[in-house]
Amino acid sequence: MKELRLMKGNEAVAEGAIRAGADGYFGYPITPQSEVMEYLMAEQPEKRTGMVVLQAESEVAAINMVYGAASTGKKVMTSSSSPGMSLMQEGISYLAGAELPCLLLNVARGGPGLGTIQPSQADYFQSVKGGGHGDYNLIVLAPSSVQEMFDFAFLGFDLAFKYRNPVLMLSDGLIGQMMEKVELCEQLPRTTHFDRSWTLTGKPDGQERNIVTSLDLDASMQEIHNLHLQEKYRQCKEAEVRYELFDTEDADYLFVAYGSSARICQKAIKIGRSEGIKIGLLRPITLWPFPAKPLAELASRMKGILSVEQSAGQMVEDVRLSVGSGVHIEHYGRMGGMIPTPEQVLENLKKLLIAK
Amino acid sequence: MDIKDIIKPENLVYQKTSLMTDKPLSYCPGCGHGTAHRILMEVIEEMGIQSETIGVAPVGCSVLAYDFMNVDMVGASHGRAPAVATGIKRCWPEKFVYTYQGDGDLAAIGTAETIHAANRGENITIIFINNGIYGMTGGQMAPTTLPGMKTSTSPYGRDLKSMGNPLKMTELLAQLPGTCYVTRQSVHSPRNVRRAKKAIRAAFESQKENKGLSLVEIVSNCNSGWKMEPVASNEWMVDNMFPFYPLGDIKVDGKLVNNQ
Ligand SMILES: Cc1ncc(C[n+]2csc(CCOP(=O)(O)OP(=O)(O)O)c2C)c(N)n1
Ligand code: SF4
Ligand SMILES: [Mg+2]
Repeated sequence: MKELRLMKGNEAVAEGAIRAGADGYFGYPITPQSEVMEYLMAEQPEKRTGMVVLQAESEVAAINMVYGAASTGKKVMTSSSSPGMSLMQEGISYLAGAELPCLLLNVARGGPGLGTIQPSQADYFQSVKGGGHGDYNLIVLAPSSVQEMFDFAFLGFDLAFKYRNPVLMLSDGLIGQMMEKVELCEQLPRTTHFDRSWTLTGKPDGQERNIVTSLDLDASMQEIHNLHLQEKYRQCKEAEVRYELFDTEDADYLFVAYGSSARICQKAIKIGRSEGIKIGLLRPITLWPFPAKPLAELASRMKGILSVEQSAGQMVEDVRLSVGSGVHIEHYGRMGGMIPTPEQVLENLKKLLIAK
Repeated sequence: MDIKDIIKPENLVYQKTSLMTDKPLSYCPGCGHGTAHRILMEVIEEMGIQSETIGVAPVGCSVLAYDFMNVDMVGASHGRAPAVATGIKRCWPEKFVYTYQGDGDLAAIGTAETIHAANRGENITIIFINNGIYGMTGGQMAPTTLPGMKTSTSPYGRDLKSMGNPLKMTELLAQLPGTCYVTRQSVHSPRNVRRAKKAIRAAFESQKENKGLSLVEIVSNCNSGWKMEPVASNEWMVDNMFPFYPLGDIKVDGKLVNNQ
């Protein structure tokens, strides 16, 4: 029988992590994601599966606890919201440099600075263009439902270990706080990834020791390491693009939106179609790798594209890079924690794409 | 007698531990880091825990500690070694986990991680090399730099009014209920090396018994940063560092020693 539960997005990802067989969670409270750790502490997963949960003294400490545990092959995660993610960037760069798998969650809020505690998508650049120092990429998943908050805990850990790379779930305060029905799956066993090719487990007698580091003082060796990382990212780009299409078959206009904005766009499509405007939606599920090819293919059939994001226009840069100059592309979004209504989105499609 | 007649197993009185690799140390000749590495590795060898030990290297002159220490190791970002060690130990409580950190690493940028790991009573061992200076980056002022001491960022001497006071992290950490064994040692003479090694052993034994965080501070020279000959640097250390950072146990078995 299906196991159904009404849950908040933040609770769903926590339950997902337990059921995905996570070994540990390290985090620091910040609105609007504190329910992740609160749920875990209340669930006492150490009794259910042996999973460890620890409240760190800061996001800096939390990401470095993740780094330490990940270096031993353990399945570990942290979660935060925008200001906390900024604090973690040095650690994330180290994780990427040392090729350690882990799951990161940003339940984003309005910025810059302390900003607001309301939902925002203005951390797109930070998430997909680096964030920390050096040439690296995170695999970035954008859940747009509470179900996906649960499911992507599994997908996130799978991708993290497949590529030995941090995976970031870029969510927002709306998806984290809203309640929806979730179909839960079975508990996976908590099995340690015991791989002596890279994990630290204590040097076995007669074998070489393992070293986990991102340092190589020899620039020519560091370049070789960078080339290796770039090759890994290239393979990931080829294999892991995920996206979803709505009503695109007969569409004249296309929304590109992820996360909560994709939900708002779906409603705007309904209203628009009732008025005779044929609109479709491409929802990137992976923000990195970005669904550039499918978007470019669709774009050639469109009269215009509206990138909708709760930001000043960040993802629209990737939309433009993917599509090129042949199609009319605009951005619409609100900022600082304000959420556009479906009516506002539709109105802006008319104003920015149809009226011109 | 030829030298070959002397180099025989039966004449062997001392041997480099196999837990030190054959890689030439990257430290300046005369620096205390190498000796501290060796006694740490000797303790791990003598306890027979090499296969159960995971070390955390800092950022500082000992950033390449994993090149010389023949145990599984991870390189932390600057100051975060206690958090990295916490992540490892929480997931692998049965392993021995240690950090090896300089004073800039432990007492400046990593102060929060150090204090909170100690306050949680993380069952790890910290080896803390206090040379009163940032060796790695060319001899800048550290939180532990002595009053009036000249460094490249306190070229007229550390002025307490504008630059703050030297931080006695070890005494501070000893106050926390989460620490079990806290001691200050040095490695500038054979007698002190023996004592420091005993202290490191005690720290790992305390970790073995899950007693909480154990910390061995080693007051050490940085002859390059101090701009002295190695021997002169050790004499200067005895005359100037030890009065401010007195050697000896500060906390044993969870109890403060003497007037601490
Ligand atoms: C985030 C960050 N800030 C600054 C540095 C530069 N840095 C490297 S080592 C170091 C000081 C190390 O001093 P200490 O911990 O006392 O070690 P020592 O070299 O004296 O043994 C600094 C500031 C860095 N690597 N990372
Ligand atoms: S700079 Fe100082 S601490 Fe670093 S290796 Fe040289 S003497 Fe030792
Ligand atoms: Mg120093």
